[in-house]
Formats: sequence, C-alpha cells, structure tokens
Amino acid sequence: MTMLKEGRPTTPEPVKDAHMAPATATGNRALMLEEALIFEIGSTDTTGVDFAQAPTVASRLGTLARTDAIGLPGLSEQETVRHYTRLSRQNYAIDLGLFPLGSCTMKHNPRLNEKVARMPGFADLHPLAPQSTVQGALGVINELAVWLIRLTGMHGVAMTPKAGAHGELCGLLCIRAALEARGDARQVVLVPESAHGTNPATAAFCGYKVEDIPATPEGRVDLEALKARLGPDVAAVMITNPNTCGLFERDMKVISDAVHAAGAFVYCDGANFNAIVGRVRPGDLGVDAMHINLHKTFSTPHGGGGPGSGPVVLSEALAPFGPLPYTARMADGSIHLIEEENVGEEMPQSFGRMSAFHGQMGMFTRALAYILSHGADGLRQVAEDAVLNANYILRSLDDVLDAPFAASGPCMHEALFSDKGLAEGFTTLDIAKGLIDEGFHPMTMYFPLVVHGAMLIEPTETESKAALDQFIMALRSLAERAKAGDEALKGAPYHAPRRRLDETLAARKPVLAWTEPGLAQAAE
Amino acid sequence: MRYLPLTDTDRAEMLSVIGASSIDDLFVDVPAQARLTGKIAGLPTHASELAVERHMAALARQNLSAGEAPFFLGAGAYKHHVPASVDHLIQRGEFLTAYTPYQPEIAQGTLQVLFEFQTQVARLLGCDVANASMYDGSTACWEAIVMARRITKRGKAILSSGLHPHYVSVASTMAKFTGDALAHEAPTLDAATDIDALIAAIDRDTSCVVVQYPDILGRIADLTPLADAAHAVGALLVAVVTEPVALGAIKAPGHMGADIVVGEGQSIGVGLQFGGPYLGLFACKQKYVRQMPGRLCGETVDAAGKRGFVLTLSTREQHIRREKATSNICTNSGLCALAFSIHMTLLGEKGLRTLATLNHGLAVQAADRLAKVPGVTLLNDSFFNEFTLILSKDARDVVRTLADRGVLAGVSLGRLFPKAPQIGNGLVVAVTETVTPEDIEALANALEEELA
Repeated sequence: MTMLKEGRPTTPEPVKDAHMAPATATGNRALMLEEALIFEIGSTDTTGVDFAQAPTVASRLGTLARTDAIGLPGLSEQETVRHYTRLSRQNYAIDLGLFPLGSCTMKHNPRLNEKVARMPGFADLHPLAPQSTVQGALGVINELAVWLIRLTGMHGVAMTPKAGAHGELCGLLCIRAALEARGDARQVVLVPESAHGTNPATAAFCGYKVEDIPATPEGRVDLEALKARLGPDVAAVMITNPNTCGLFERDMKVISDAVHAAGAFVYCDGANFNAIVGRVRPGDLGVDAMHINLHKTFSTPHGGGGPGSGPVVLSEALAPFGPLPYTARMADGSIHLIEEENVGEEMPQSFGRMSAFHGQMGMFTRALAYILSHGADGLRQVAEDAVLNANYILRSLDDVLDAPFAASGPCMHEALFSDKGLAEGFTTLDIAKGLIDEGFHPMTMYFPLVVHGAMLIEPTETESKAALDQFIMALRSLAERAKAGDEALKGAPYHAPRRRLDETLAARKPVLAWTEPGLAQAAE
Repeated sequence: MRYLPLTDTDRAEMLSVIGASSIDDLFVDVPAQARLTGKIAGLPTHASELAVERHMAALARQNLSAGEAPFFLGAGAYKHHVPASVDHLIQRGEFLTAYTPYQPEIAQGTLQVLFEFQTQVARLLGCDVANASMYDGSTACWEAIVMARRITKRGKAILSSGLHPHYVSVASTMAKFTGDALAHEAPTLDAATDIDALIAAIDRDTSCVVVQYPDILGRIADLTPLADAAHAVGALLVAVVTEPVALGAIKAPGHMGADIVVGEGQSIGVGLQFGGPYLGLFACKQKYVRQMPGRLCGETVDAAGKRGFVLTLSTREQHIRREKATSNICTNSGLCALAFSIHMTLLGEKGLRTLATLNHGLAVQAADRLAKVPGVTLLNDSFFNEFTLILSKDARDVVRTLADRGVLAGVSLGRLFPKAPQIGNGLVVAVTETVTPEDIEALANALEEELA
C-alpha cells in the first residue's frame, strides 16, 4: 500500500464487492444527500427575508385579520439554498444527458434565451401597462408571430394559448366559432387512436363528441375509414403530423381535401413540428389550425412540468375568429392591441379571451432568441439533424428490438419499438428502469397505445453522435438482458436516489399534503 | 450553428449506417409538392449570440419597466420584490431542464418540491388539498366552475361583479361552447361588496357562486354568509384570490366555508413578465379531490421502504382517461410553482406576515394621502394593498397622460370594463412593499396637476 509519510494511504484497497457497501448513519451516500421536507426542518418563526419597518397605521382590514396559525415553515437564506440545491441533485435533466422522451422534444435549452427573458424591459413589465410604454414587448410578440406564420405558411396566429393542450382548445374554439358563424351545429370531432390524450380531452372539454379513427397496419391514419366517417355531423378532424408513431402522414393533403369537401376543418397537433420545421409548411398540406409547442420545437425550458406555450397558427378561414388580445402593426410602425374595448370594430368575430393576459411572454422572448439564433437556414438544419438522429437510432437497434413500423419507411423525429421478443415476464418498464442505471432518462413508455409495450425514442438534433452511440450501446445491452431473462433487471434502478416507487399505494391512500406526525396518527 | 453538434463527417457516417444516400431520402414520405427545396424566403439566416442579444436588448429598451417609474399597477398582477436566491435556484439545470416527473426514481427533486408546494398552497388558502398548479388564475377559475358543475350536476354559475373582468371573459368564452349559464354584471362604485346581492341570486339551479377576495376594486368582506347561503341549497362557493400576499393578513377563504379556492400565484416568486408565464393555484376540500383537474403529487414508499413521491390519482387525467378526463391540461406551471415555493420558504409564516403588514401599512398611507388630492375620492372603507379612487374625470385619459410623464398610476376601470362607462372615473391603485414614500408623493402631485 502506498502511503504519505504521515501515514495516510494514497492508494485504495481494491474493491472486493461493491454491493456490500455499508449503510451510513445519516442515510446519505457521499454526494447523494437525503433531504427532509421543509415542514420537518423549518419553523414558522424563521425567515430568510428582511423588510423595512412597516408604518404604524390604523388597520383597514375590518374584522378579517388572520389570527390562526397558517403553518408555513421558513428557512434562512443559507438553508433555503441548500435545501433546493440538494433536491435539484435528485433530478435528471437535459443538462445532464440524453433525455429521449418521445413526443416531448427534450432538446438543449440555450442560456442566451434565459438571459434575454430576464432583461428588465421584458421581465418587469405589467400586462396592463399603457400601450405607449410597452411597444418593445408588443414588438416581440409581433416579430415572433411573423416567424411562426412564415415557417408554417399559414394566415394568422393566436399567441395567447398557455400550452399545447390550451392551443388545441384555441384551435377547436376557432373551428366551432367559424361553424356557428355559418349556422352549422356539427357535434363530432374525429381523432386517430394514436393521438395524444389531450386531443380527445380537449374536444370533450369544449363540448364535442369524440370518435376514434383506426390506424393502418403500417401506422398511419386509415384514409378509407376516415373518408367513410366524414359527414354533415363532423366538425373537425384532429391529426398529429408527423404522427405519434414517428411517421409522416403521406396522405395529409388528400385527407385535408376530403375533410374540407365534407365541410369540416383540419386541426393538426403540432407537437412534432420539430421534425419538419423549415422543410415542410403545414399550410401547404391544407391544415386549418395547428398549435406549436414553443417548449418543444423552439427550446423553451420544460421546467419540470411547465410553463409551456402553445401559439396556434390559423388558416384564412379561421383567423378572424382567434382569441383576444391580438396584436396588429399599424401603418406608422407602432403596434396596437385589440382588446375588449376595440374588438367590435377591429375583430368582430373573435371568440373572446382564453387567458387573463397576453399569453406566455417569458416564453416568447426565449423562443424568438432561439429562432433568430438559428435563422431560416439553421431551423431547416434542426429538422434534418433531428430526423437523422432518430433514423440512426432506429437502424442501429432494429436487430435487437422489435420496430413494428420499420418497413413503413424512414421515421421522422422519433423511433418506435415494441416489447415483442422480450423474455416471458420482462416488460418495457424493465428496460426503462435499466436505462436509469445506465445514466439516461428513459424513453416514452406505453405510448402510443397502438403498439404493445411501446418505447418511443426522440433524441432531438442537439445530441452528438458520441452521445447517441453510448445510448445505443446501453439500450442494446438492456435489450439483450431482457431477451435473455436477466432477473437482475427487474430490480432496476439500483443506483438512483430511489428504487421503484409504489404508485398503487400512493393512489389507494392518497397523501397529498404534509401533516404533523401526531395529527396524522390521530386522524387514522 | 452553435447548438447543433453533428459534423458533416458524422452526418455522412450516420447516413451510411441508415442506408440512405442523402438526407432527402429520409423525407421521402413528404409529398413532393409540399417539400421545400431551400430556406424559406423572406426570413433572415442564423445570427451570433452577440447579434441576437443586441436585437433583443433594443426591443427591451423600448419599454418602460415597472422598476423605472413610480408604479401602482395591480388588478390581477402585482410587483413584489423577489429575493435573488429564488431566480438563482430555479436556474439550476436539474430543475430548469427537467420534464414532467414521469420517472419518479430520477425526479424526486421536482416531486418533493411539488409535495411541499401543494402543502404550502393548501395552508395559505385554508383548504385540505391543492394541486401541482394550473396555467394562471383565470384558467384555474374556469376549471373551478367546471368542477362545481361535475360535483353538483347543475349548469348555472353566479359570478360576482367584483371578479376580475378578464376572468369573467375567459369563463364567458368557454361557457358559450359548453352551454354553462353564467350570471354576471359589471361592478358599481359602492364601498361595500356585492355579497348581499349574490346571496339573493342563489337558487336551486346554482352550481356555484364565484367571488373574488379581495375583489377587483380591492374591497374585502367576510365570505361566511355567502358560503352558508350557497350550501343551504346544495351549491358550492368558489373563492378567487389574485393577490396571495393578502392571505398573510386576512382570513383564508377556505376557513370561511369556500369549497374550492383558486388563485393567481404570480405575486410570490414569479414576477410580472408582461402577463405570463403565471401560476394558477387550485385547492379544495378533501372530499372533492377526485374531481380536481391537473396533476397531483402524493407520498409513497419505494421498494426498499424509503419515503418518496410520485404523481398520483392520474385516472382523472387526459393521458389515461382521454375524453373522460376531468380536464385537458397536461403541461402546467412547474417552474413557476418552484419559484413560488422557494420564495414562500424564504418568507416562512413570519416573513409572510411581515410582508403583508408592510403592504397594508403603505397602502393605508397612500390611500390617505391620495384622498386629500382635490378631485379624488377613496371608494373603499376596507382593503388590503389595493383600493379604488374615483377621479373627477375619465381615469383612462389620466393613466395615459401620467404615463407620458413617467408615472404608472394604476389600472383604469375604463380599460377593465369598457362596456360600463358609468364607472369610467374609477382608478384601481395597488401599493406593495416596492413603493416608496417618494413614489406616493409623485403620484399625488401628478394627480393634483392633472385634475386641477
């Protein structure tokens, strides 16, 4: 053994069995630190914020002063920073590695965008500030709107929807308003069975009856079945293109023409626009409305579940019905806001307001910075590299994993595999949890529903070939273990902050808020 | 292109593995007439980081930000000081660049924050449970009306005249399509809220009464009689809070009988951001939890018996239930919820109460000073940090003129209620801890000159 002269060993003893690592007294494992809840470590008389002395005044609160104990623990600033820093380290993130969630487009989030969004001229503006004082902010909205319109070949864009599903709602409300304007009370929306769950939920949320359209064995919309179902009761067809099997809907224009001939509208779920931006314009395919997830295609951060942003591009037939507020550029270059006050003269057919203010301004500044960074040439390269990366994964793994639509042609931005061929008792979940131990976020599991044990992999364009090669190597090894019936895989993950969690227990006895231990016992 | 790591050599190698001769082969399924052959005309090409930053900074400079002027705007969005550590922590890449926590073993950071957030929100609003957030206050308010319809199986909601008019607009937009009946009128310039009128309007067809607290004019009233009247006929009380800092000073709606309490959480941690992203708060009584919209985080254990957290009760949600879901919401306001939770942890109950007391004290000082200006009358006899002034002329014009003089005076009722000219002289003024005595003097002096 090598030692310093004061007797400290400088070469470790060879590890004999890593599995025999002794438990620690704290539960911590070196850099992996356990962290209690704020309710267990904080106290209601601790605070991390200092304030000026409040003026002494006679209260105007009447009889309503709050006298009960609220039960909100505080921490000092140092404890706060440590609490959230420790918690952050229990998360996987794109900043750590490949995050191939199909349909979610987890691409790199450039930090310039964060810097721009925090400029006080954008971040510190009130939504109801006088229009003369916010011309630059309205300018951002307008400039982004022009980009979205040109990239999609559409006529107008509604900027206010707050996320993709909110954009779907906006599109369907435009369709419903347009139909009502011509005295047409159609009640049915057709949705392919491979659609995101938000599509049928949105249609139902604004009062439509939802019917499924089947898929062909090659993973596309069944054109003949769709045509057969079209009729005077159908208001709209919601189609995802590229679809959730990762395929381009070749018949999109034919579908649109048939839908229009039947007096209905085409809604396109634009969640997968990343695959075609700069190469295909949905407006050329007959689409009437499509939401664009700025948090997918245009790189605004997902933030652990939002905020999103879902502007909706609209055809000439639907644009007059879009939501308030709307921006319009005037002849003198100033930008003018259409709100309730002037909507009667300027946009009389608008269906109204769908959120309190202008939409997700903080996402608009980020998305515009991203778009300007790429330019029209760079965005085209984005789509090409996204599709190239996905096909590289598909063809590098289709010998060890079942790729149900491999014969249907190249995939677009995502590669789809199934659990066919895994050993008895082994599932997609085992492969996903194995990927966690290998240092990757798992792919989307069990979606789309049209494939058994689906594994939907979307690498995005911001992954290097070296990162893809390492991921392919890891997934290949897991596929081989699952086919060979390696029981150890069923225990994965072993190296994450937690082992597999009991979701059944969580749903059966929901604990949705923290209660002081004594009180929790008393309540049982 | 600085964000794209593939080299031309990589691309060539990858195409050969795929068995394609060019990238165009991969787009073969796109109909030929829809394929674009070059970059889209009329759009610029890529730009350096420096060039983009300059372009955006030039746009930012065209705006008058809240911090640059005496600032008194509220009406659903409030300027509060956000401690520096909040913005630092939400920019940790592990929070910022994570997805919805579908794989709980590697998302315990986000999940534990959501569990803490839900508990903080429930306690602040005085409810049993809260969800993991909605888009904003206005959409949360509509979701509460829909939830009340599901629970009561009745289709008529009564909206208080003191509810934020944009929240009313959002609900009216949706109700046109869903067939829900909404009863609503513009407010009148009375010192008292419309609670007595609401009580009189409740009947056996009513699903819920929706009341804002403090209301759009800044007025506050005990909600208990309204809750009792609603419950007497099997209706629910939905309370809307657009300024959560108020609940450090005044009673929580849940403790006055509200069944569902929704709100806008922007005040705490999130900032103004020209209206978004904001943070919808949503809380209710335990017995209604399975009718709630949105994501919920719950406690459980892992296979080794350690405490952990997961998304739960997802059988209410669109990805499982599709058209039978309680809502279509998917992405919510996760990062804003984190900012709220961090700011609330820094404040703690002690800090929140101090902040609320400071807001109230400054607002009382401002109201008393402004009421002395000739041509100005104070409407409210009770308020928290926001009140309504009745001016001797149309407040919309006054706001525009004062903005030209560098004073952001408040929100005019003419802008909020363009169809109610009878209240057009009303000006809603918000006073938070960011307002200084000099700001109050500046507003008083500007009003005095303008109204002279």
